[in-house]
Amino acid sequence: MTRSSPRPPVARPLIGTRIRERRLSLGRRQTEVAQRAEISAAYLNLIEHNRRPVGAGLLSRLAEALDIDATELASDHEEALVGALREAAARAADQRGITVELDQISEFAARFPGWASALAGATRRADALERRLVALSDRMTRDPYLLETLHEVQSAVTALRSTASILAETPEIEPEWRDRFHANLDSDSQRLSRTAQALVAYLDSFEDEAVPMSPQEEVEAWIAAGQPSIAEAAELASDAARVMAQDLLAAQERDRAALPDSALSAVVAEAGDTADDPAHIAARLGRPLELVLRRLGTLRPGPWAQAGLIVCDGSGAALFRHSAPGFELPRPGEGCALWPLFEALAQPQLPVARLIETTAGNRFAAWAVAERLLPMGIGAPALSRAQMLFRPSAGRDTRPVLGVGPACRICPRPGCPARHEPSILGPV
Amino acid sequence: MTATVDVLLIEDEPSIAEAVRFILSREGWRCEQWPEGNGALQRIRALAPRLVILDLMLPGRSGAEVLADLRTDHTLKGLPVLLLSARGLANLPQGADRILVKPFANDDLRAAVRELLG
Repeated sequence: MTRSSPRPPVARPLIGTRIRERRLSLGRRQTEVAQRAEISAAYLNLIEHNRRPVGAGLLSRLAEALDIDATELASDHEEALVGALREAAARAADQRGITVELDQISEFAARFPGWASALAGATRRADALERRLVALSDRMTRDPYLLETLHEVQSAVTALRSTASILAETPEIEPEWRDRFHANLDSDSQRLSRTAQALVAYLDSFEDEAVPMSPQEEVEAWIAAGQPSIAEAAELASDAARVMAQDLLAAQERDRAALPDSALSAVVAEAGDTADDPAHIAARLGRPLELVLRRLGTLRPGPWAQAGLIVCDGSGAALFRHSAPGFELPRPGEGCALWPLFEALAQPQLPVARLIETTAGNRFAAWAVAERLLPMGIGAPALSRAQMLFRPSAGRDTRPVLGVGPACRICPRPGCPARHEPSILGPV
Repeated sequence: MTATVDVLLIEDEPSIAEAVRFILSREGWRCEQWPEGNGALQRIRALAPRLVILDLMLPGRSGAEVLADLRTDHTLKGLPVLLLSARGLANLPQGADRILVKPFANDDLRAAVRELLG
């Protein structure tokens, strides 16, 4: 059997130093303070050098002897400061190979609290800036709106350059070709102008943002990273994102309690061909369809490994978003009104099943249902929540196809009745 | 058997496709166009072109996927492919005979096609 050593009181190394600093600042001798605290001067000397623990009673007497509040004397403010200094030391060692006197951190924090706070603050600031840099870089390379816009600019420029060169280098061009190329120049120059304006406005918006990502985007990055421990998730830099992630975990835990992993996996495995239909799975389990959709989209057992899930409230605001391969999610707050998610929201309790196709031509089987919730009682307004589960279509699906987009401004579908905003990708 | 089509252009941008077809036809090459990745391989089989000009970013199957399909097809794997890239030269798929980065000069297009058609 392994014998574990007793865990030392966390505050022990610090309290002694603080007591010594307090005593010296008052100009009192050890014997005087020790006498008032009813201990020997030798024992106080050991305490001041952090070689003896300080119990609650003794702490109280020492505080009284030093004319200071016991809580202040035992404050863990310094512990937090020492923790921050340790992080700064680790960072200095990792990045610049600097060896820091770790055994003197407590002494440093106690003797020079101002300098220690300044160093800890500078390190925290550097960490925050580094996170922001990584997030902005990530946005520049992965942001679907930015990538789509830049591609649109390059396509328009390519068309303009080739067409202009043709007109310049072909003096004897047939009138009908000349007219077509002139028309192309006109439409492509308009497209380039419109896209460039949208791009500038979008890049300007970066300057306006106090943080590199919205809390929703932070939570989505956290979901994409597999929902690591909230305490260790670098993506969760803002308090709002942490609260959202905690709420999400609590909601998922409630769902898991109502439909455990083992029960869902077992039914999916036994269902055979009918495992393709969430309604069959719900019927076999005797559980509500909305719960089954959410659980399939988070557990993703067997044939549901590539499933995506979007959950939104009655206002359409996303509560959870996890994409499927080939299904491009727009920025949080955006979406396509033709998604079955919103169709379900308009007809609570009535499930929707559709074969949808993205603008890139990728097809997905989608199921959605909305439910009514009464958290404020039956006499108060009901709240709605809709969930849409979707996964790449098996290919043998012969249902009519519904064309959907990511969001109006990056959707090229012409004449869409659901459009609420012009697209930057061409005439609408 | 002589191919009836010299070049199959797989490109979804109508203005670019129109310009490229005009440039190639002025050089005497017969050119057809296909506007998406889906069905591209079947179109190549049906037309049996001497050269494929393939845009990288296509609706449906991407240019990279079409190129991979071509290179693993035992009857088509030797077909010359000129890849059009709007994302520079970084992280491009393997297997293209030549690459033109958009926007390109018309002379560069003619030179690349001339080289690949022999």
